[in-house]
Amino acid sequence: MQNGKNYKAWLYLLPAIAFIGVFMIYPLIDVLIYSFEEGFNFASQSFFGTGGYNYSYVLHDPYFLQAVKNTFILVIITVPLSTGIALLISVGLNSVKKFKEFFQTVFFLPYVTNTLAVGLVFMILFKKTAYSDGLINLLITAFGGSAVDFIDGPYWAKMFVLCFYTIWVVMPFKILILTSALSSVDEMYYKAAKVDGTSKWRIFTRITLPMISPMIFYLVITGFIGAFKAYSDVVAIFGTNLNAAGMNTIVGYIYDMLYGNSGGYPSYASAAAIILFAIVLTITVINLLISKKNVKA
Amino acid sequence: MKVVLENLTKKYPNRNKKEGGEVVAVDGFNFEIPDGKLIGLLGPSGCGKSTTLNLISGLEAPTEGKIYFGGDDVTDLPPENRGVGLVFQNYALYPHLTVRKNIRFPLENLKKGEKMTNEEMDAKALEAAKLVQIDEYMERKPSELSGGQQQRVAIARALVKIPRVLLLDEPLSNLDARLRLQTREEIRRIQKETGVTTIFVTHDQEEAMSISDMIVVMKKGVIQQIGKPQEVYDNPVNLFVAKFLGTPPINVFEGKVRDGKVWVGPDAILDAHGVPDKDVWVGIRPEGVIPDPTGPLKMKLLNIETMGRDTSVVCKDEAQTGDSLRFIIASDAKIDRKSKTVNFNVKPYKAFLFDKETEERIKIK
Ligand SMILES: Nc1ncnc2c1ncn2[C@@H]1O[C@H](COP(=O)(O)OP(=O)(O)OP(=O)(O)O)[C@@H](O)[C@H]1O
Ligand SMILES: [Mg+2]
Repeated sequence: MQNGKNYKAWLYLLPAIAFIGVFMIYPLIDVLIYSFEEGFNFASQSFFGTGGYNYSYVLHDPYFLQAVKNTFILVIITVPLSTGIALLISVGLNSVKKFKEFFQTVFFLPYVTNTLAVGLVFMILFKKTAYSDGLINLLITAFGGSAVDFIDGPYWAKMFVLCFYTIWVVMPFKILILTSALSSVDEMYYKAAKVDGTSKWRIFTRITLPMISPMIFYLVITGFIGAFKAYSDVVAIFGTNLNAAGMNTIVGYIYDMLYGNSGGYPSYASAAAIILFAIVLTITVINLLISKKNVKA
Repeated sequence: MKVVLENLTKKYPNRNKKEGGEVVAVDGFNFEIPDGKLIGLLGPSGCGKSTTLNLISGLEAPTEGKIYFGGDDVTDLPPENRGVGLVFQNYALYPHLTVRKNIRFPLENLKKGEKMTNEEMDAKALEAAKLVQIDEYMERKPSELSGGQQQRVAIARALVKIPRVLLLDEPLSNLDARLRLQTREEIRRIQKETGVTTIFVTHDQEEAMSISDMIVVMKKGVIQQIGKPQEVYDNPVNLFVAKFLGTPPINVFEGKVRDGKVWVGPDAILDAHGVPDKDVWVGIRPEGVIPDPTGPLKMKLLNIETMGRDTSVVCKDEAQTGDSLRFIIASDAKIDRKSKTVNFNVKPYKAFLFDKETEERIKIK
């Protein structure tokens, strides 16, 4: 009986397992193998030997180090900021009575808009062309500042645009998740807290936050993973020659190693991919450990 | 703390937009709750019990009327300044906090001047927990407690600040029958021990009757009757109250008064001196009859059930309203089980007449 049940359970899981196996586990193992094969050649499908050289090369490649730095800055700035801002907006949305649906729709719009289209909007906002300095620069100059080239200018300006953009893009999803989490908190807890004389701020920190903390952690974890995998957003703003712009990300580096102008190095790409995998795995495990300790709903 | 409600009224805009207008959830309440008493607020679902509690607690503002605690007018005070403890129908324990932290929560909110140290709060919380006998479970989460235990935590949380008034909104509705009985005794004990003026909402009349010093019977936002449970039971002011109180429920017949006698079908069952001739409802409490072969009330006998110390006689009659008639008689009373009919004498003080139209009580002098 027990065995029969087990067997059935596995049978039901089989399609999913097969899919994950073929499209995720197998490639991962393959990449792992590639990453240890030195001087792999696509054309001849041959390699010189095995060892850690690919890792050593990648870890000493200034482009890779730049990409790692960019990615980390992006992650560290955008994940907390976007989650925090989304929380603020959601709490605001939750407390308005009129036009709630309208506002929710407005905030959700970017989610259904194409990344590249949003990228275009950012170009208009930030890019300096022969004809205009971009809207933001117009504002800056209007307030007496000097114009900055956000797309081809100094590193911090480009980073600012990238972070701004990333936060912008992930915001709708986070707001969606958080508003539904907020409205799922039972009204009676607020009533009880009110009778107990709890201040608004304490209600928020002691009741609302703990109750929606599983969702917040979910957003933080997926946010980390998403930000570590950033690539298309960067291309949307800075074009494909990211190394030259100094704005490459780890995924961008991997892509360039494979297909870029200087590409054709699957071994290096694989090594970089494995390093990314290790980073994401570590961060996620740490996140889960922390959340286990703190999230108890 | 004496609680006085003065012409208390709450109107809600109708949720059903098509009908429009207003729903009067609480309609002109006037009553006074003596200090230290337990009041049972009783009525069918939707009659405005919770709304009344919310008004007293300050969670809702009344449309009209005033609320006094002792001599103070608290009508415009926010809930936290009224000093009420409120136990919700579903307890509303904070699921992420332990029992200790749940009970401590109201203390942690105290403003400057009343602020307590950590130790003081823990001591107070423990004291409240001991009162409701939940002190073994201080470090558990609400999800690790049974319904009855959760309910006691909720009461401890409501009591920890020593409220002037304790409000309980159907606190027993989630418990099974046995636990209900046990917990309601417990609530009574705690109330007696603390002497806190308590309002207890329920739609279970037995619950209200068994623990209240006074009951308030409501119907559609209007108070029907206020009094000691037994008084209300023995002297209902109208058919609604008579029907609402008592298990098994009162037996109601269609009847009429003619020439100073109460008639049910062809039987003149009672004297009714001084009552003018009219159509009436006749209500007879289940325990209001004595089997007697020569008795005036004659009905078809369906069944005789003996359950524990009670014998209940199930009957049928053309003039009955409701599905069946059920009378409780002494188990040693003689009754012919094989007979198709049964005759009863009616105890006059267990039978009530109500006007056919207004359903108001008609007193027999
Ligand atoms: N916020 C509201 N808006 C509109 N109508 C309301 C609101 N709250 C309650 N009502 C209406 O007021 C009436 C009384 O409601 P209330 O919750 O006080 O009933 P209750 O006696 O507690 O019932 P129950 O035993 O089912 O809890 C009902 O008709 C209800 O529909
Ligand atoms: Mg209610």
